Amino acid sequence: MTALVIAEHDNASIKSATLNAVTAAKACDADVHVLVAGEGAAAAAQAAAQIAGVSKVILAEGVSLKNGLAENVAAQVLAIASNYSHILFPATAAGKNVAPRVAAKLDVAQISDITKVVSADTFERPIYAGNAIATVQSVDGTKVITVRGTGFDAAPTTGGSATVETVAAVADSGKSAFVGREVTKNDRPELTAAKIIVSGGRALGSAEKFTEVMTPLADKLNAAIGASRAAVDAGYAPNDLQVGQTGKIVAPQLYIAAGISGAIQHLAGMKDSKVIVAINKDEEAPIFSVADYGLVADLFVAVPELLSKL
Amino acid sequence: MKVLVPVKRVVDYNVKVRVKSDGTGVDIANVKMSMNPFDEIAVEEAVRLKEKGVVTEVIAVSCGVTQCQETLRTAMAIGADRGILVETTQELQPLAVAKLLNALIAKEQPGLIILGKQAIDDDSNQTGQMLAALADLPQATNASKVEVAGDKVSVTREVDGGLETLSLNIPAVITTDLRLNEPRYVTLPNIMKAKKKQLDTFKPEDLGVDVTPRLKTVKVSEPAKRGAGVKVPDVAALVDKLKNEAKVI
Repeated sequence: MTALVIAEHDNASIKSATLNAVTAAKACDADVHVLVAGEGAAAAAQAAAQIAGVSKVILAEGVSLKNGLAENVAAQVLAIASNYSHILFPATAAGKNVAPRVAAKLDVAQISDITKVVSADTFERPIYAGNAIATVQSVDGTKVITVRGTGFDAAPTTGGSATVETVAAVADSGKSAFVGREVTKNDRPELTAAKIIVSGGRALGSAEKFTEVMTPLADKLNAAIGASRAAVDAGYAPNDLQVGQTGKIVAPQLYIAAGISGAIQHLAGMKDSKVIVAINKDEEAPIFSVADYGLVADLFVAVPELLSKL
Repeated sequence: MKVLVPVKRVVDYNVKVRVKSDGTGVDIANVKMSMNPFDEIAVEEAVRLKEKGVVTEVIAVSCGVTQCQETLRTAMAIGADRGILVETTQELQPLAVAKLLNALIAKEQPGLIILGKQAIDDDSNQTGQMLAALADLPQATNASKVEVAGDKVSVTREVDGGLETLSLNIPAVITTDLRLNEPRYVTLPNIMKAKKKQLDTFKPEDLGVDVTPRLKTVKVSEPAKRGAGVKVPDVAALVDKLKNEAKVI
């Protein structure tokens, strides 16, 4: 059996979510190939070839793949899909965008956000915002899967020596075009890969307070900053910082939730964190039911004090 | 231009579901059901496009049991013009729903199909993309802004790290993210009016679609429980615990 992992990359390097997908692919008891699709992505393909456990890298180069349009990337995957028993994508915005398109064209079910490989055709995945774990078995010939990064260890980025094979990119579908991208500036660790996350909720009250209170703490701990949906909806923090069922799913070593009540939808995104700290004025807040250490206090007093004692 | 808006009846987002003790699934008997929140956003967007004059008719579709009629009536109370129910008691997975919707696209020829990005019960995030693939249409998922201009639609998407904007040829498939809009409250007069709107019912066989599930659910279990935590009296105690007990900083 051979599994194909679709790499997420920025042309120069491979993004970490891909490494977790490689581990999941290996757990399917398979020889692992990686597809790097893009334009000018030779360096990323070289990086993919170094990943331990990867035996072949397929580099698809062409202008149609430059911006990761779902129509073109799916067509590229489909062009080589018949060689594989498993096709795995990281469960990131890009992976979730393309994987179902590939599955539908192959007329197979897609298995979303797996957290465990039970056997080559049986997987565990969370449903109902993580309140239940479903074990599902696929009866299809090809398994198309998205992998929840926090469910698998990252494969080592060195130790591999895969061959790199270059293929021509598929033609552009002509149905969609890339217009532009607005990237949120962020010089902190990436949210989904961070070891420590400090996360703020609506109790912060304003965008200024959010920055004023959370940033120094994040700086001190070299942590990523997250936010609850309430804080994002109120405009205190940008959308891509949202942790939860419909935002990012994280599992850091330490998650500090300040002024977050802990709605089911938020807990779905962070309850696999190793240690959870909750700072909240309301001692009845549901966040305390999952917190390892809870502090009932006003965050505007507690967070600066925490900062001074670290 | 017509817009097709698929809506799903799901367990209300405020309900904390329980796993059945025999591990066959989640107990949804006697639990409050509502329209999937992302689908409400999709209906709202379609109705706003109609109010702007770029859309002539909004058709809400739901696939599932008879009670999905209620979900369709809610969509019509928000402003959808008519409803279509594809009725079946069979478990429907995203691929089956995408095939049913694809059959309806052939029938209705909509210019846009607007779906929610994911249903909050199975958390799949697949149906829109699968539909786009089957109908061979372009897709824009996780939309936070939609603008129709002539035969193209410009969609801003929420992606990891920020936003990206795509331009799609119409017809196109769009899935909604939370930030797209804030759905309006349905008013009593509109609920009454919705009762009079047209609602057609089909069976999957009428549409020539095989809805047999492809994924077998072996079991459903409770997630691992977290051990009970402790409350610390002050910040000093917290720092001490983090440094000496949890050893995470």
